[in-house]
Amino acid sequence: MNRLIKTLRSVGAVTALTVLTGLAATPAQAEDTIKVGILHSLSGTMAISETTLKDTMLMLIEAQNKKGGLLGKKLEPVVVDPASNWPLFAEKARELLQKQKVAAIFGCWTSVSRKSVLPVVEELNGLLFYPVQYEGEESSKNVFYTGAAPNQQAIPAVDYLMNDLKVKRWVLAGTDYVYPRTTNKILEAYLKSKGVKPADIMINYTPFGHSDWQSIVADIKKFGSTGKKTAVVSTINGDANVPFYKELGNQGITADKLPVVAFSVGEEELSGIDTKPLVGHLAAWNYFMSVDTQENAAFIKQWQAFIKNPKRVTNDPMEAHYIGFNMWVKAVEKAGTTDTDAVAKALIGVEFPNLTGGVAKMNKAHHLSKPVLIGEIQEDGQFQTVWQTKGLVDGDAWSDFLPESKPIIADWTPPINCGNYNTKTKKCSGQKY
Amino acid sequence: MLKLIETPPKPTRRETLFLLLVSCLWAAALLFIDPALARAEADALAEAANQLKTAPMAELEQAIGRLAKINDPRVPGLFKALRDGRLFYVKASGRMVLADPKDDGYALADALSGEALGETGRFDVKKIPVNNALRNVLGVAIAQLELNAPDARQRLRAVESIGQNLNADSAALLRRQAEQETDAAVREAIAVALALADLAGTDKSSRLKAIQTLEGSLNQEARNRLANLQEKTDEGGFVEPDSDIRNHAAAALKQIEIKLELNHLGETLFFGLSLGAVLVLSAIGLAITFGVMGVINMAHGELMMLGAYTTYVVQTLMPGHIDGSLFVAVPAAFVIAGLVGIAIERGIIRFLYGRPLETLLATFGLSLFLQQTVRSIFSPLNRSVSTPSWMSGSLEINSALSLTLNRFYITLFSLLVFLALLAILKRTRLGLEVRAVSQNRAMAKAMGIRTDWVDAMTFGLGSGIAGVAGVALSQLTNVGPNLGQAYIVDSFMVVVFGGVGNLWGTLVGGLALGVADKILEPYAGTVLAKILMLVFIILFIQKRPRGLFPQKGRAAEA
Repeated sequence: MNRLIKTLRSVGAVTALTVLTGLAATPAQAEDTIKVGILHSLSGTMAISETTLKDTMLMLIEAQNKKGGLLGKKLEPVVVDPASNWPLFAEKARELLQKQKVAAIFGCWTSVSRKSVLPVVEELNGLLFYPVQYEGEESSKNVFYTGAAPNQQAIPAVDYLMNDLKVKRWVLAGTDYVYPRTTNKILEAYLKSKGVKPADIMINYTPFGHSDWQSIVADIKKFGSTGKKTAVVSTINGDANVPFYKELGNQGITADKLPVVAFSVGEEELSGIDTKPLVGHLAAWNYFMSVDTQENAAFIKQWQAFIKNPKRVTNDPMEAHYIGFNMWVKAVEKAGTTDTDAVAKALIGVEFPNLTGGVAKMNKAHHLSKPVLIGEIQEDGQFQTVWQTKGLVDGDAWSDFLPESKPIIADWTPPINCGNYNTKTKKCSGQKY
Repeated sequence: MLKLIETPPKPTRRETLFLLLVSCLWAAALLFIDPALARAEADALAEAANQLKTAPMAELEQAIGRLAKINDPRVPGLFKALRDGRLFYVKASGRMVLADPKDDGYALADALSGEALGETGRFDVKKIPVNNALRNVLGVAIAQLELNAPDARQRLRAVESIGQNLNADSAALLRRQAEQETDAAVREAIAVALALADLAGTDKSSRLKAIQTLEGSLNQEARNRLANLQEKTDEGGFVEPDSDIRNHAAAALKQIEIKLELNHLGETLFFGLSLGAVLVLSAIGLAITFGVMGVINMAHGELMMLGAYTTYVVQTLMPGHIDGSLFVAVPAAFVIAGLVGIAIERGIIRFLYGRPLETLLATFGLSLFLQQTVRSIFSPLNRSVSTPSWMSGSLEINSALSLTLNRFYITLFSLLVFLALLAILKRTRLGLEVRAVSQNRAMAKAMGIRTDWVDAMTFGLGSGIAGVAGVALSQLTNVGPNLGQAYIVDSFMVVVFGGVGNLWGTLVGGLALGVADKILEPYAGTVLAKILMLVFIILFIQKRPRGLFPQKGRAAEA
């Protein structure tokens, strides 16, 4: 209902504007709004995470319009619902670009949805801002990755466990799909490069939404009972985390004995969980709601006022959209147009302050520089930062710890202009990304 | 500030003399009278406790160390409160308080005296933060203080905690405790801990004796230390040079391994049975609607979801009584899911009897409808359902085998529901009518049974059971709009495998599938185990299309 009113209102505004400007302007300026596509699932499994991002985008667009819009025009959000259905993501992206002619798309959550949209945005030369931490090994001319690459989340987290908590044995537990598999491949290579023996690494995959963790937790307990300090690096996705942590608690595995560091558990997910069994376990992100900066306080205030709920939490992908959107605005202003090629060129090198301190900069590989934070889960569902990188970490599209991607770099500036340039053979491989 | 360092007015000589006398008396009193001494200690306690709130994270450990040295019965309580995140201080007065969340704020009590201080807002108090490192320090400190607790179980836990990181000091502490300890279990734990300490020593005879003590112990540390004795260095030589000790340790280790293996078997069996119990619980409602009535109800999972959401609503309505909430939620979920079930039967399914394909599509559409309704009412986010305290933790049988309480109770509950359902079908008039209608509708009708009414009641019963299963699931998994989808396939699988129309088949089928799954899992991994199970069932159905316990006689032909 609300959305209907909003659409009606914006239609009304558009007509009013058209009438007003139509008197003075030349017919060439018939396009009075800049359309921004929002491609997040509002139904199905992923709705739990993605609905929040849709609302975040609406908030950011509304705020920008209050400031006077962009290039003298109002921004108009175009919301579509790909319903957690990966092929539908591609269809909806096509609709946004071809029919709605949006200037940029903000969207996707799972890697598989991004991979499904990728060929469409490349074919139709659109812009996609992807706000979620992901497995890397990709860099497209048309995609800007505002979430963390593995070197901005997984690797620092492992460093923290290894150096600060003196962890010697590792359990890499993940959900069975592309992000955990690639991340664990990188982590395994990294751990081995640090002298960890294969016998001290246990890898385990479970299906989406797995709920019976009894034997896996018992295995982890057994694996961790050899006297060497053990930790679990968890790429377990979404819902499956709750029964996992519950089972850990019930089998008496506490964070001080066997800490779990998670890459997919944020404030939003914790708000739907009884947090008691999780207290003390860790998570690695680039943003925590509890970080005490002025920008963050203002962002939280703006969000809670927009969503009309003083208890709603903020999380890492929301910050990614916040940075991504503002960078896009800056780049469009710099380019003076919303033309994809011009904006993509202008985006490289654009800077915008992170909510957690420091200034994010869009690098040549279309990734951001961000601080990495490790936090302990508190009883109120917030994180208490226990460790953080000294400065900002620059996002690296191709991992240096996988032998096949070590020589590959992404650089979208001339003369290389390639998403997977091999520094050894000096060739850009034919792949599109 | 200036006022504080202002010197007090100089006392006159007489006053000085008097003061001297008084202070002498005080000193004497301090020496001879206990209460005064205690008061001084209490002040020291208050002061040391106050340091907790001002010390930065890095210095908290020292502050805790200082507190641990003070001999006061209140210290363990203070430590536990700190470990559990209940220790706060009032921002305005700086007073240390214990805070428990109540409504939107906290209920406060003085940290030292325990005196209740009423309630306060969320922002008036500040928590004293702890991290994992500190929790560790606190755990050891609490253990040392609890070594002379009156409760034997507390002492046992304390001994185990100390045993995990033993040094000379704590070993001496344990030796002293061993002399006065009366409880057998605690004595044994102390013996193991001390044996571990001896094993690390250099005296050969005491080391051999230590190995003897450790023989058959299920203590994790004991196993590790014995295993370490067998290890080789990188050069190929043994870490432990004494072959006598090595051989004895190997023998002891072997015994331990056999014992552990047996316990592991027991554990796997329990895991399997509990998984099976969940399968039975979610399938048993379906065994009624699908098995007895022959309705393919794709919305069965959503009825479970309704039951889980009922638990959430019940807990929201009675926030102070989480422990009792499930006892209210079970009947509430039965009634709500049952009513929805009756509505579904009256509204949709009765028009579609005998047309399985349409029923399937209609109920599938209904399941989407129910999901989206819940999403609109409760938001797409998962809801947090708390676990009652009596359901969290585990039942420790020995140090290698413990059964998680939530699974344990759910297994019992599942059997209870099964027996209740069996009793309804076999012993009540409704059950008789249900069986009559399912066996021969026309004949039942001719005998004067209102088949319409029986259909509605049967479907309501099956749906109500699904709701009850939802309450149990809310304790195991997420309460969200998609809860039902995860269980619908498994439920059908169990019913088909067990034999359509046979409750015993559902029970045996569910439990068998659970145990088989858990036996396969360690070898094949979760994903492959699931695939293997499916392949097995497909092959089984090829061979025996009517499942484990097929219905016999004329009823089967209908």
